Amino acid sequence: MSLAVRQDPALLETNPPLVQGKTGYHDITDQISSIVEADTFETPMKYWIALGITSSIMVLLLCMLAYLALTGIGVWGNNRPIGWAWDITNFVFWIGIGHAGTLISAILFLFRQKWRTSINRSAEAMTLFAVMCAAIFPLFHTGRPWRAYWLFPVPNTDLNIWQNFRSPLIWDVFAVNTYLMVSILFWFTGLVPDVATLRDRAVTKVRQWVFGALSLGWRGSARHWRHYEAAYLILAGVSTPLVLSVHSVVSFDFATSVIPGWHTTIFPPYFVAGAIFSGFACVMTLLLIARWLLNLQNLITIKHLENMNKIILVTGSIVGYAYACEFFIAWYSGSIYEKFTFWNRAFGPYWWAAWSMYSCNVFIPQLYWFKKLRTNLWVMFIISITTNIGMWFERFVIIATSLTRDYLPSSWGYFHPTWVDMCTFLGTFGLFFTLFLLFARFLPMIAISEVKGVAAVERHSFAPETATEEVH
Amino acid sequence: MSLVSIKPKVPSGPKYWRSLDHLANTSEFREWVGREFSSEAPLMMDGNSRRTVLKMMAASFGLAGLTACRRPVEHIFPNSKGVVDYVPGQKYNYATVTSLAGQVAGLVVETYDGRPTKIEGNPLHPNSLGAATALAQGSLLNLYDPDRSWKVLQGGADSSWEKFEAFAKSMNLGDGSGLRFLSESVVSPSLMALRTATLKKFPKAKWVEYESFQRTAGRVGATMAFGQPVTPQTHFDKAKVILGLDSDFLGLDWQTPLPTKQFSSRRHIASEEDLDNINRLYAVESQFSMTGANADHRIRMRGSEVKQFAIDLAVALGSIPGMNVLNNGSDRRAKFLASAVKDLKAAGKDALVITSPRQPPIVHALALLMNETLGSLGNTIEIVKAAEEDRVESGPEALKALSGEMSSGQVSTLVMLGGNPVYTAPADTQFGTNLAKVATSIHLGYDPNETAAMSKWHLPEAHYLESWGDAVSGGIASIQQPMIEPIFGGRTASEIVALISGSKDVKAHDIVKNYWLATWAGPGEKSGTSHQQQWQKSLNDGIVADSKPVEGLKLTADAKKIAAAVAAEPKPVVNQSGGGIEIAFVPSSQVWDGRFANNGWMQECPDPMTKLVWGNAALVSGATAAKIKAGDGQMITISRGGAKIQAAVLIQPGHADDCITIALGYGRTHCGRVGKDVGFDAGPLRTTDAMWYASGVEVTPTGERFVHATTQERGLAEHLNERPLYREVNVSDYKSNPKVIEEMSEVPKLHSVYPEISYAEGNQWGMAIDLGACTGCNACVVACQAENNTPVVGKDQVIRGREMHWIRMDRYYVGSEDEPRAVEQPLPCMQCENAPCENVCPVAATTHSPEGLNDMVYNRCVGTRYCANNCPFKVRHFNFLNFHKNDPEIHSMVHNPDVTVRMRGVMEKCTYCVQRIQETKIQAKVEGRRPIKDGEIKTACQQTCPADAIVFGNINDPESKVAKLKKQERNYAMLAELDIRPRTTYLARLRNPNPELEA
Repeated sequence: MSLAVRQDPALLETNPPLVQGKTGYHDITDQISSIVEADTFETPMKYWIALGITSSIMVLLLCMLAYLALTGIGVWGNNRPIGWAWDITNFVFWIGIGHAGTLISAILFLFRQKWRTSINRSAEAMTLFAVMCAAIFPLFHTGRPWRAYWLFPVPNTDLNIWQNFRSPLIWDVFAVNTYLMVSILFWFTGLVPDVATLRDRAVTKVRQWVFGALSLGWRGSARHWRHYEAAYLILAGVSTPLVLSVHSVVSFDFATSVIPGWHTTIFPPYFVAGAIFSGFACVMTLLLIARWLLNLQNLITIKHLENMNKIILVTGSIVGYAYACEFFIAWYSGSIYEKFTFWNRAFGPYWWAAWSMYSCNVFIPQLYWFKKLRTNLWVMFIISITTNIGMWFERFVIIATSLTRDYLPSSWGYFHPTWVDMCTFLGTFGLFFTLFLLFARFLPMIAISEVKGVAAVERHSFAPETATEEVH
Repeated sequence: MSLVSIKPKVPSGPKYWRSLDHLANTSEFREWVGREFSSEAPLMMDGNSRRTVLKMMAASFGLAGLTACRRPVEHIFPNSKGVVDYVPGQKYNYATVTSLAGQVAGLVVETYDGRPTKIEGNPLHPNSLGAATALAQGSLLNLYDPDRSWKVLQGGADSSWEKFEAFAKSMNLGDGSGLRFLSESVVSPSLMALRTATLKKFPKAKWVEYESFQRTAGRVGATMAFGQPVTPQTHFDKAKVILGLDSDFLGLDWQTPLPTKQFSSRRHIASEEDLDNINRLYAVESQFSMTGANADHRIRMRGSEVKQFAIDLAVALGSIPGMNVLNNGSDRRAKFLASAVKDLKAAGKDALVITSPRQPPIVHALALLMNETLGSLGNTIEIVKAAEEDRVESGPEALKALSGEMSSGQVSTLVMLGGNPVYTAPADTQFGTNLAKVATSIHLGYDPNETAAMSKWHLPEAHYLESWGDAVSGGIASIQQPMIEPIFGGRTASEIVALISGSKDVKAHDIVKNYWLATWAGPGEKSGTSHQQQWQKSLNDGIVADSKPVEGLKLTADAKKIAAAVAAEPKPVVNQSGGGIEIAFVPSSQVWDGRFANNGWMQECPDPMTKLVWGNAALVSGATAAKIKAGDGQMITISRGGAKIQAAVLIQPGHADDCITIALGYGRTHCGRVGKDVGFDAGPLRTTDAMWYASGVEVTPTGERFVHATTQERGLAEHLNERPLYREVNVSDYKSNPKVIEEMSEVPKLHSVYPEISYAEGNQWGMAIDLGACTGCNACVVACQAENNTPVVGKDQVIRGREMHWIRMDRYYVGSEDEPRAVEQPLPCMQCENAPCENVCPVAATTHSPEGLNDMVYNRCVGTRYCANNCPFKVRHFNFLNFHKNDPEIHSMVHNPDVTVRMRGVMEKCTYCVQRIQETKIQAKVEGRRPIKDGEIKTACQQTCPADAIVFGNINDPESKVAKLKKQERNYAMLAELDIRPRTTYLARLRNPNPELEA
């Protein structure tokens, strides 16, 4: 990768190398491929135990969804006035988590942030799995899920009615599906060279076939690399606006409504910041676990983690600013309904949810101002979890508590989740982690080719600027 | 394509042969092939042949038809069971009549193919004037109650009508010395005649009338005042100042829509003159009733204190000669009393003092005396001769006497005609215990209830919609005609009496018809054709053709006698917490005395004040809750004498202190699937001397918790900040500035992002709801449920917040927790022109009609619930589960065939009764595309509204009633600042407080 050699030698002194330990190309290939190529019996027992637990939870999800589809939404706690509760909270939560993947891959790629290379693959995978988890909710939260396909612009013989394109839910359908498609493409494109590496190393028939098919005839020729780089750049360019658009569109579900607490113009940037915030936190949780489970300390270094924590601090503060701004606008608007909603949010019956959200999202990340804390693995692990708890609460607070008390006090209500609500949400974690564990075991979870690009930079750093031109 | 054409050009492998003949290619083989695989198909493809075939077919069909035309020339009649002029699937309305607690209401019943589906008030009946109460609306579902009695039971074992008939004939009743009849209040002239005849045949027999809520006190009080059997008749429409002494005339005290109709007639404001004629209501009461909610001034006191208040009021008005000592009590009471007296005096003959059947006769006598003093007797209240119905032994004392006779073995045969005396009888009568001592106890009952379980014979009773009968009220008689054959083979009370007394007519139809024909013909005369026509007209109209209202009597009250009675009363303690806690009993607004307990519509119809469904509660004020150390949902034990009950507390703001109110009719032990063990039975605390309130009960919290199901608050008592949703203003303020209502909210100039749609053409439906007229009686809620097949969801689902009422009654309190006022606001769909629900639906399942309706397309709905979230009024209801899944099969009979029964997973909401709109539109189209007249379409809620508070119509027609109302300055749209442009608007309530008390 030609760009890698342009690393400024001066920077290297202040910044430690991104890949540590054995950094020979073969070492990297060996280390990453060995996970995929390991014999069943060589895979650590802790992996199988983990997979057993997560897949059991995934089965729980399937049972819950079957029960829901057969009985009705009534098995959840949703009611009137709270038409959307954990379902859409979970949807937005998972979509938010799905943001970090593309952000790390695409935006950091465009900004030439080298440190992304060890984490981008798993972050992208996480995006895909999170979007899959997210998609479950809009599908199954409909009263008649067998009719949910009416949300897609496909001709239907039942009733020849076209979709209502004024509805933000239709925008959602397009935004989320586009995002999913592009994310899959982006992830897969990045995988091609690595899969080819695995194919070349394959010793079993199955691996030869599977990796052979997936590598799309990759030979690693210069022409391949040139096209690959161009395609990757284009996809990164396409993905970048999507990072901003998906969550903006999701936020339109609320922003375009008339409900106080939903009807807010600040939502698009606020939701995007929140999504990046939660997405980075989720990547952090996963990486810390993977780093420990699969001994990847040399590839996922403290520097990677610290950079991510900086982003968490920034986005957390943006979110905090948004909270403050909402309160200000509620007061400034002079609308009694707005004022009440925000007063109610902080001091009403859901005060505990609101203060959990303020604490987890705004107050706790402030600890990252201290370098000692943002480089401490335990601190970052705990904060990554509290951040996601806080972000889940943020969606719950916005969605459910705004609905509990809107205009007419006669219709005010309260939401109590049922065991089905809880098991369904828990089940999505089962699905998510099962997919992630399968991915970690059967596909290279770190981008081999890209890490090689940044590996052993000090050995390449003597290369003059002209070297780049030679390659071109 | 011909197979011959695909002959292979090149050799294609070995040659296959089918048989030796084939191999030899003999002529036989070719012939066989030709035979076997001959094809006629090309023939058909040949132009001429195909045409020939078709021609032949056409001719055959034509000729075949000819042979069928061999009808006889003579005129024949089809042998079918169809009714003449009857169109299957078409709805027919029949007039009938019902009664509850001795009060009569004329009804019109909509039937489809012989099954009643909707009850409406009979516009011709003077007690209904087109409206029906919530309970009358709900009584329809009782007809289709799957748990009704459906067989004759003898000692709990299956029997049959034949066996009972044989038994009845074998009974040797002699002179009737051991024979007793126990019925509910009888209002049927034919049954009264039958009763007279029966009692003549069995001279020593007795007939007692008892039911849980009887109006005997009013009659006894009036008789006390005037010295002869008379009964008062009120005209609320004539009253300008009304003072109610514990009276809930807008709620539980009357079971006809009449008082509401009359009261609200003075609250319809269309002109300056109406503003001057607006009435003023003072309420003195213990429970916060609907009458209290509609009062301009309300003072709360325990039920037992009302008597002293009445005495003081009478003294202050100068009604009682020789008495001038006032028990002033608190400042508030004294001030209230003084202002009310001044106001009543000023109103003079337009004043009205009224009390409740739950108050003792002395208070009734005092009220009549006061009216006489004021000069209103004969104007706002009239004295009429007590009808015959009132002349048998009735009331709890009569029941106690009967029970005593049963205990001592004097009763050998007890015939109970309807009702559930074992459950409703006061505890001290020990009716249930004594019933076991009666050799032959016969119970005619609607359901296998507590009484049925203890009787030797239980006979299924026919529902009033299955029965021939009649009813009279204030001189106006009506014939009750059945719309359907008794579904479960029930019989009427008159049939049972006829059977036992061995009278000539044994079928209810004959009993009723012959009674009326004989009455019309006069004694000894035979009825003629004109009487048959009269019969038909009476059935048609719902009131007996020549019946006239009874005339008021000119009588003078015996003030001295009343004064003496007052003097004889024990000196009460005024406004002190002495005497411990008092308990008050009220009939339930939902299940009445328990007879509607198995009725899902009524169980789920929120109580007007507490919004409680599926049960009752021990209602207390906040202060009393603190005193008894039990808050919302905490169980308490209430003991009185030796009796004890348990109930859960619910704090009712504005309730009198040191007093618990509990509704009767709950905690049924022998009841169907819906009502069994719902709520708490207060019956064990009730005695003949304390039918409505009793002092000195002991209350102890048990420490257990109970979850009430309410449709509002759901356990959250949060104050309402100042939202201009419900708007009300004092008449004086409105007079000085009619814009005051509009100014309550600021509506800036608004712009929609979507292009403006013109609604200037054609019919544009709209609704105006007059909050001033609405009393919050719930009739619209039940009417809507019946009309629109709205499901009943059950207690658990209500707790979850999933009740489905398309129109709901919002109740808000105003003022302090101890002395609040309350207001009621009916809330159907607002049918916004700029509906927020519409643009968020991803599948266009809710769209706007050119006539301005916000339509809901059930079969397009996928159930995202986005529309419900975005509805600022939260009037959209989602089928979270298949709420019709557990409906008994018979419930499908109550469904309106014009309205889809919604499945799970779809949204639903008020449609302005679009089926009624369409029906009328089609009718108008059939009649030559004529325009639809104003008032021709009535929504179900509007139709039944006893207050005429709901007006629906075409807002494009400037002459329509609704358009005129919307032009009033009282008219406002809720949340107009959201630019949603609701089609349903409200007319602000005008309050008419006494300036003296308001300060």
